[in-house]
Amino acid sequence: MSNIPQNLRYTKTHEWVRKESDGSFTLGITDHAQSLLGDIVFIDVPKVSSDYAAGKECCVIESVKAASDVYMPIAGKIKAVNDALTTAPNLVNADPYNEGWLFKFDAVSATDFESLLDAAAYTAVEQADAH
Amino acid sequence: MNNRTPLYESHLKAGAKVVDFHGWDMPVNYGSQIEEHHHVRKDAGVFDVSHMTIVEVEGKDARAFLHHLVPNNIDKLKNTGKALYTAMLQEDGGIIDDLIIYYLRDDFYRLVVNSATREKDLAWLKKQALSFDVTVTERLGFAMLAVQGPHAIEQVKKVVSPEKIALIDQLKPFNGLPVGNWFIARTGYTGEDGLEITVPADQAPAFFEALLKIGVHPCGLGARDTLRLEAGMNLYGQDMDETVTPLESNIGWTIGWEPQDRQFIGRPILENQQSQNVGRVLVGVLLTERGIPRTHDKVIVNGQCVGEITSGTFSPTLEKGIAFARIQSNALDKHCAVESRGKLLQGEFVKLPFVRNGKPVFQSY
Repeated sequence: MSNIPQNLRYTKTHEWVRKESDGSFTLGITDHAQSLLGDIVFIDVPKVSSDYAAGKECCVIESVKAASDVYMPIAGKIKAVNDALTTAPNLVNADPYNEGWLFKFDAVSATDFESLLDAAAYTAVEQADAH
Repeated sequence: MNNRTPLYESHLKAGAKVVDFHGWDMPVNYGSQIEEHHHVRKDAGVFDVSHMTIVEVEGKDARAFLHHLVPNNIDKLKNTGKALYTAMLQEDGGIIDDLIIYYLRDDFYRLVVNSATREKDLAWLKKQALSFDVTVTERLGFAMLAVQGPHAIEQVKKVVSPEKIALIDQLKPFNGLPVGNWFIARTGYTGEDGLEITVPADQAPAFFEALLKIGVHPCGLGARDTLRLEAGMNLYGQDMDETVTPLESNIGWTIGWEPQDRQFIGRPILENQQSQNVGRVLVGVLLTERGIPRTHDKVIVNGQCVGEITSGTFSPTLEKGIAFARIQSNALDKHCAVESRGKLLQGEFVKLPFVRNGKPVFQSY
């Protein structure tokens, strides 16, 4: 079974979102997602200060096996990106919930965060995926 | 329920991620396929290839039958144990499968064909055998392990009997011989030196685990694919199938044109294609910018689509996107682009292989 931390929120498309103490949000892909992709070799992170609507493609993750889009979970503006991924994209494989974060953003409406899946709901999504 | 090889439990013990591969539960990796790739290029790795199909051809007409069956010339097989890579063709020249033929006696040959094509291969072999005094028999009850890499042979010798060591010591590249109920061949699908070893199913787990214990790295289908692509070796069903001939698949070198009076299945079509210039060729593509070509991506030369990618991946050795592309032969140029996910990725055509014995060897057109 893959690792699904209790303190994060999730999407059906396998992103995780963490609410930070300064009110911004951090995003990455789940352990399940990195495991499906296999060895990640390139990541195109979004530009800082760009705006994305909820559900928009904002990032491309390319593994040896496949290229995969990352979707903006809730509307927001990119605040920072993980520069370490330029030289070490496999951080997403090794540590998807910490060192392997993709970007930070400010939400248009912080309450949108509450509409994301909790750990239990995401566990159900993964289990449905497996069948 | 899927087929499982005799090594299935050993794979789980070694931490394999198992996937479905044409009806077989096979390891795709044991953690990182890139690390597995590097182990094979620099040291030694072991692959489970037990899903491959072993067929024995035996009888008075065995040589005549193979002369008829395959385009490569069986008369190149002069010494016991010598192997030959070739294809089996339909009457129209389309490729049914690729295979290796080992010469054991004038009336006895061992064939190794793919697993995904097993049924149609066996049906074709048996149909073609009807007009010859031969029997075609599939061998079951074995496992096959490919141990590959610059240190593969010395590692295998550490865990086998003196009798087998003696055989390995005299085995030249692209030869294979039986020893007891094992069959040891100096062949592979990685571009490195190494062995492909067939062992009775019940002996396979102990042999596999002995190799892991001395530091041979287990490798899955993921690494097998990046290694064979770097080595310029085709994958049946992806880079070639019934709709293309060997001349269109970068394996024209396997056609034994001489002697001219040897009739083999597909010969008239191949001669015709050769005399009129082959319309399509399979070549290497190396990306010069970041990206990975994928199967069916379009290949662009001077703004025109001239063909498509058949296999593409990230090359761990070159750290670049590499691919095979089937293109119009008159479009072959130095530069090209690959249209991938709506973006044009710049690249160049190269002569295969990309990598041999751990080193980049590709040449530009």
